[in-house]
Amino acid sequence: MSVNRMFRTCPTSGLVFHEPAEKLMRWNAVAAVVSLLIGGLLAIGVVLTRWQAVHLLPPDRFYQYLTAHGLNMLVFWIIFFEIAVLYFAGSTLLKARLATPKMAWAAFWLMVLGALVNNYSVLRGDSSVMFTSYAPMGAHPTFYLGLILFAVGALIACFVFLGTLVVAKAERTYHGSIPLVTFGAVTAAIIAIFTIAAGAIILIPTFLWSVGLVPTIDSLMYRTVWWAFGHSSQQINVSAHVAVWYAVAAIVFGAKPMSEKVSRTAFLLYILFLQLASAHHLLADPGLTSHWKIFNTSYAMYLAVLASMVHGLTVPGSIEVAQRQKGFNHGLFEWLRKAPWSNPAFSSMFMSLIGFGFLGGISGVMMGTEQLNLIIHNTLYVPGHFHATVVVGTTLAFMGLTYFLIPVLFRREITFPKMAQWQPYVFGLAMMGVSLFLMGAGTLGVPRRHWDIGFAGNAFAHEFPGAAWLMMALAGITGIIAIVGGGMYLLITVWSVFLGKKIQTPGFQHVRAKDGIAPAPKPVAAAIAAHHPGIGAGGMVAPGTFALAMVFLTAFVLYYFINWKYLSTVWPLK
Amino acid sequence: MNAERIEDDLPDEPVPVMQQLLDNPFLLLFLGIAMPTVLYIVWGVMEIVSLPIAK
Amino acid sequence: MSAILPPQERVWWKQPLDRVELIWIVVALIWCLIMFFMMPYWHIYGQQNLSNEAYRSKPEDFVRKTEAMIAQYKVREDGGDLKVPVVRPPAGSDVYMVAQLWRWYPILELEAGKSYRIHLMSLDWLHGFSLQPENINIQVHPGYEHVLTVTPTNPGTYSIICNEYCGINHHTMVSRLYVVK
Repeated sequence: MSVNRMFRTCPTSGLVFHEPAEKLMRWNAVAAVVSLLIGGLLAIGVVLTRWQAVHLLPPDRFYQYLTAHGLNMLVFWIIFFEIAVLYFAGSTLLKARLATPKMAWAAFWLMVLGALVNNYSVLRGDSSVMFTSYAPMGAHPTFYLGLILFAVGALIACFVFLGTLVVAKAERTYHGSIPLVTFGAVTAAIIAIFTIAAGAIILIPTFLWSVGLVPTIDSLMYRTVWWAFGHSSQQINVSAHVAVWYAVAAIVFGAKPMSEKVSRTAFLLYILFLQLASAHHLLADPGLTSHWKIFNTSYAMYLAVLASMVHGLTVPGSIEVAQRQKGFNHGLFEWLRKAPWSNPAFSSMFMSLIGFGFLGGISGVMMGTEQLNLIIHNTLYVPGHFHATVVVGTTLAFMGLTYFLIPVLFRREITFPKMAQWQPYVFGLAMMGVSLFLMGAGTLGVPRRHWDIGFAGNAFAHEFPGAAWLMMALAGITGIIAIVGGGMYLLITVWSVFLGKKIQTPGFQHVRAKDGIAPAPKPVAAAIAAHHPGIGAGGMVAPGTFALAMVFLTAFVLYYFINWKYLSTVWPLK
Repeated sequence: MNAERIEDDLPDEPVPVMQQLLDNPFLLLFLGIAMPTVLYIVWGVMEIVSLPIAK
Repeated sequence: MSAILPPQERVWWKQPLDRVELIWIVVALIWCLIMFFMMPYWHIYGQQNLSNEAYRSKPEDFVRKTEAMIAQYKVREDGGDLKVPVVRPPAGSDVYMVAQLWRWYPILELEAGKSYRIHLMSLDWLHGFSLQPENINIQVHPGYEHVLTVTPTNPGTYSIICNEYCGINHHTMVSRLYVVK
């Protein structure tokens, strides 16, 4: 069996694509976008039902739509896209051939099959058990089977990625260490492998239980192990979208990491501690001690939060340094004012960074505090938080990367370029609104996954304050705007990829790597020095970023202690 | 400055241990699986199974 | 050198840090440690901590204990045709509350300023104890009896809603809790 060693070089970006890897990236990206389309259509039903003035769906449909929305968005859209990112970071950035393309195709088709089988089970109507599928509430066996098939496929894809690293090293396609973005992808792949292993530990027995081969599944055991899968799966996203931030900063600005040491150590802290935060979901559960809760919920003394705060500084910091070196060196914020705000790759990435930090990060740490969790557990605060992390953070970052990948990977021009300029703002700002309003409603006690907070016809109906109803209406309105923004993204990407103008490259061909298709990247003279004489202020190369970081820290500290104050007013409990 | 840089790139300069760790994805994979498995799953499951029975 | 290319230096570990990164790492680390120590601090000095007291329990045993308490301390019925017993247990006593599809049982009447040992357990699936408008939210498991010492502060009528999805009638699982002077 001969190994395909054919590559092409992208004329605009200089990136090198291995022929089979390129095809796999495309197909994984397409499968991701299809999942996003399904999840987005379902979101319409969810949003319009929880907006109580509309209250569109009956309860069975609502819970069914919500289950499928969660699975298609949180699992299928994101993991398919992440596999494409892994292949990009492994094969393209290392200029290496993808290890075992056949296995990668097997992985892809297993994932597609798993996603179809899982969606089928929810479509049947007897598996509206939510993304979490908490035993002893049971779903149809195909629900678990679909997830297991998908997970096995994703696991194979992770090992194809790791194999590609081995190939690249053996075939000496790069010198020294792997690029930082690839290192971020390694972090994501490692967390993914733990995630999938934890998923197997719990979903395989649950599948056997659903077909009658295992007598019972313990609810606490299920929740504990399931969250090692459910929460860690979202930590894959964090690692992946941070890697995408670094990639976009490098692609758009030619930014170099402020320090390889700091950024890579921050990723190492992710590898070691990020996954412990699965305990966030078990803080209000009986049977686990405060020792376990405090240690795990704080990622061992918040070392993974430290890592996120470091990335949150170094990504914009590296952009600031690059901009200042280009001459935007006046004052604190000229570099930011003169940033390419009409480039959707940049605007998506920057809003992803701000939204993830200010909304997702701060709220995540607040609700992951052992005692503070009492005042938000299972309220709409939780979906508010993760729409800031997974949607504003991950999804928006991935959307930004797509605008870069369509010309580079699919060799098509972006159709509707004006709409593409606006899309990140419509989607990002509306989704930030959704997050804020859901968090507001959650603070007022509104439960998540609830069909009717009006409790119509109930003898003990609870009356939520008017502010809660207002929050739900505002979340509904911003939710619809966000869906429109998502629709714009789908329209632009699908149209560009299938009907967009082909980018013609004279003399286009795939050639063997050893024939020297990849010109070695030219070192940028100015970027060599670790210190950057003549830029910045106050002895800092990135004073503007530092100022932003201080604003962030102030918001963080204030919000954190406001919630302790709030907690101190509720009933004493011990 | 430049002299330092050239020295850095001398092939016989030993690579620091931390950099060697960060350059080794399979060692990182081991750490990334072992840490949460022990600290989160094993510790948590042990606490659950050692719960007393209600009176 | 950029983030999508390999680092230029073979040894990058020894590169000096810029001041901006160094200061931020120190500040962020201090903040992380403050947040970490807030949790043990609150266990010692704070009033609101979730109890670590929990037992494995069988549904029939839990129902038996609940029924015994109802028989002893029932004061009236509530909810019209639903006839849900309202129980007024003495301060400091063990109080039982059952969560099941799709009700909370019984209704408690507690005295403000007094402490009670509330035992929470589900008989079937997972439920979420959500006391409103106080906004205290606790997960309720089948087979695990969770014992919390609660001290209501203000008299009034409170609602207990279920905030863990428990099937098609999840949204109907709502009850009362009375606090009297």
